[in-house]
Amino acid sequence: MRVRLSIRETRGEFVKRVEEISGQEILACNQCGKCSAGCPAAMAMDLLPSQVLRLVQLGLEEALTSETIWLCASCLTCLSRCPKGVDLPRIMEALRQLVLRKEGDRLELSALPADFLSEAPQLAIIAGSRKYLS
Amino acid sequence: MVIGGGISGMQAALDIADSGYEVVLVERLPSIGGRMAQLSETFPTLDCAQCILTPRTVEVGHHEKIKLATYSEVEEVGGHLGDFRVKVRRKPAYVDWERCTGCGLCQEKCLWQVPSDFERGIGKRKAIYALSPQAVPNKPVIDREHCVYFQKEGKCGACAKFCPVEAIDFQQKEEIWEEQVGAIVVATGYDLYPMERLSEYGGGHYPDVIDSLQFERLLSASGPTAGEIRRPSDGAVPKEVVFVQCAGSRDPERGVAYCSQICCMYTAKQALLYKHKVHHGQAYVFYIDIRAGGKGYEEFVQRAMEEGVLYLRGKVSKIFPQNGKVMVWGADTLSGKRVEIAADLVVLATAILPSQGTSDLAEKLRIKIGESGFYEEAHPQVRPIESGAPGIYLAGAGQGPKDIPEAVAQGSAAAAKVLALFASEVPP
Amino acid sequence: MRYLYFPGCTLSTKAKGFAASGEASARALGIDLVELSQWNCCGATFPLATDNLLALVAPTRILLNAQKEGNHLVALCSICYHVLKRTNRLLREETDKREKLNLFIEEEYRGEVRVFHLLELLREEIGFEELSERVQKRLQGLRVAPYYGCLLLRPFQEIGLDDPEEPRILDDLLASLGCEVVEFSHKTECCGSYLAMNSSEVTRELSYAILHSALASGAQAVVTSCPLCHFNLDYRQGEMAAHYPGFTQIPVLYFTQLLGLALGIESETFGLADHHVDPRPLLASKGLK
Repeated sequence: MRVRLSIRETRGEFVKRVEEISGQEILACNQCGKCSAGCPAAMAMDLLPSQVLRLVQLGLEEALTSETIWLCASCLTCLSRCPKGVDLPRIMEALRQLVLRKEGDRLELSALPADFLSEAPQLAIIAGSRKYLS
Repeated sequence: MVIGGGISGMQAALDIADSGYEVVLVERLPSIGGRMAQLSETFPTLDCAQCILTPRTVEVGHHEKIKLATYSEVEEVGGHLGDFRVKVRRKPAYVDWERCTGCGLCQEKCLWQVPSDFERGIGKRKAIYALSPQAVPNKPVIDREHCVYFQKEGKCGACAKFCPVEAIDFQQKEEIWEEQVGAIVVATGYDLYPMERLSEYGGGHYPDVIDSLQFERLLSASGPTAGEIRRPSDGAVPKEVVFVQCAGSRDPERGVAYCSQICCMYTAKQALLYKHKVHHGQAYVFYIDIRAGGKGYEEFVQRAMEEGVLYLRGKVSKIFPQNGKVMVWGADTLSGKRVEIAADLVVLATAILPSQGTSDLAEKLRIKIGESGFYEEAHPQVRPIESGAPGIYLAGAGQGPKDIPEAVAQGSAAAAKVLALFASEVPP
Repeated sequence: MRYLYFPGCTLSTKAKGFAASGEASARALGIDLVELSQWNCCGATFPLATDNLLALVAPTRILLNAQKEGNHLVALCSICYHVLKRTNRLLREETDKREKLNLFIEEEYRGEVRVFHLLELLREEIGFEELSERVQKRLQGLRVAPYYGCLLLRPFQEIGLDDPEEPRILDDLLASLGCEVVEFSHKTECCGSYLAMNSSEVTRELSYAILHSALASGAQAVVTSCPLCHFNLDYRQGEMAAHYPGFTQIPVLYFTQLLGLALGIESETFGLADHHVDPRPLLASKGLK
């Protein structure tokens, strides 16, 4: 199927919200792919980080259904090497926030194994809650 | 006066001199030829660079209207259009070039070896050296920093003992003199972005990650490996070579914002020449976009692909050594895959920078430097040859990255400007 | 030298050994780490959504408390350091957000406090050459892989501690203690961080890649400054051994534990027994305990 592009998508509410929450200019990215090349978590992702950003550039909300946004560990490797200084971790966060704010939590703390919870450092639990809970 | 003895400056000097005017050609290095003298073959025709360059250097060297001032730099500029007063400083060569016949015996007998700048550190030269056997002028200089005679107060002196014409002169002093000229052409060329600043690519610490000029020296028949492709660490012939384009270019965040213009073409050339020399080898090129806008250029890149160079669209993120190989982490955005290649050799197409000293010279000449550090032309569209200052013209890569035909064209254009000026104001 | 000190949640509970070894080592070097009289959790993440000001309140309070008691604040945990340093910069440079945050906490704080990591103090206040001379027991023959992780170094423009690609600070510290420091390719690769909460296989794989690279470089131990990295690298080694044939377990230590040992401090409180991969046999084999 062809994806129909029009001003409704490319200048739509979705792009605007992502830009607002992330504080980034989505079209500043020239899709060089360096972020994907170095992303440590990309091996588990369904789309490369640069492809997720590409979907946003096209105004396509299917970016929100990609597993990639939940696998970004905010390690900032991409940001520290991006030739254009695009803060992709902030864009990933914006996409997570759009889902969390609409659909609620992505993680059930009580479902985690007791052994894990007793061993995991506080900051893992707090950071995880910040990232996965609405 | 033409400042800079590369292909662009030589063209300007020859065109002006052929019209009957006197030219002073000032060159910082001991001999002329510039970057082109370091190149192997040229795109898109694969002509041997040395073969097309040497007739030019020889012609410049013999031209009765051209006064060569090599190993010299511009010290001070006064005066104005039609009557510039330029002080030139010549570094001491510690060799009397009047006597020296260029026999090369001194270089043979000198015991002290240092990494050669001309060979980009992958080859050696002696403490007394000429840039290459084809150098014009083919006269050596002594590198005081590495010469034992200078460092250990008079010990050694082998060059002086063996010189058949007693040309070695350890007492030689620098010379400063003034030239009076009507116009100035500035053609000071380029340097490469230092690998030290590419820390994700190893910051220049890995011997088998080299820059593109180093690879030119490996390809060159007159280079340290006599044209055989052997990697620096162990001299092995690399079976897989990765070329990384845009290393520092198009990176406003940490490198330079501009496109270095020539890398797409020379990388295609280098990958192709590698294939010609190592038939069973594989060359990979990581690129963001391919910019091949010149005459015959796109065809040339297509030829490289057709002859087996694998192009991967994506920028490399990280390079590190692993088990005797160099691991390259890149992306192929066309397939949506992250890729890693365990390469034997990696060649970085590092960004073109204005050559060292460009801004100092601009200050002396009272001409402008643009945002990217290159000389700024009077108008980017309609006055690309003129600097802002009357009587001072720009040629070659000092004004912005450019390839050989463009540098030559700009050299001729600058000459035409000078000649037009002289035709109106100064009789020959 | 007296410095205000923010231990943070994890150092007060699950990484007490990190805190104890850090405090004792600092004291032995004449740095008195004085715990903030009042503190709360920093939030463990610097909020990446620009409209999430609420998450900045917690670290702002910590910084404000520090200002009431002094003008420096030292952290040991990489993540606390990252959050405090970035929040502090934001309060200094982003006026709009500062005003809103100040309204919210009903006090005035403008980012005046200087935030340090203990590593930074060791480098700048003591100096590694000097430190080397203060070492009582050189950690001779101990081959270590200095693992920096992500947040201690990135983003460089805001953290500015060291080169984010080729950092030296931990290498230099460990070398000054007499360790043999190995070069390894994964010293700034991510361990998976908080993905531990929701994607444990990913964390396991990322952490395995780091340990594998360290082992391949001949390291006998990995050294870190982050409790979350420590957890990911240490806790999952049992799983790794089951999952990757031929994997050898390798102890993961806090830099302060080695620092304390080298300074000849009694290591009872260092929590060496709390690690999943017991470092004590290795340390004992080098005459350290």
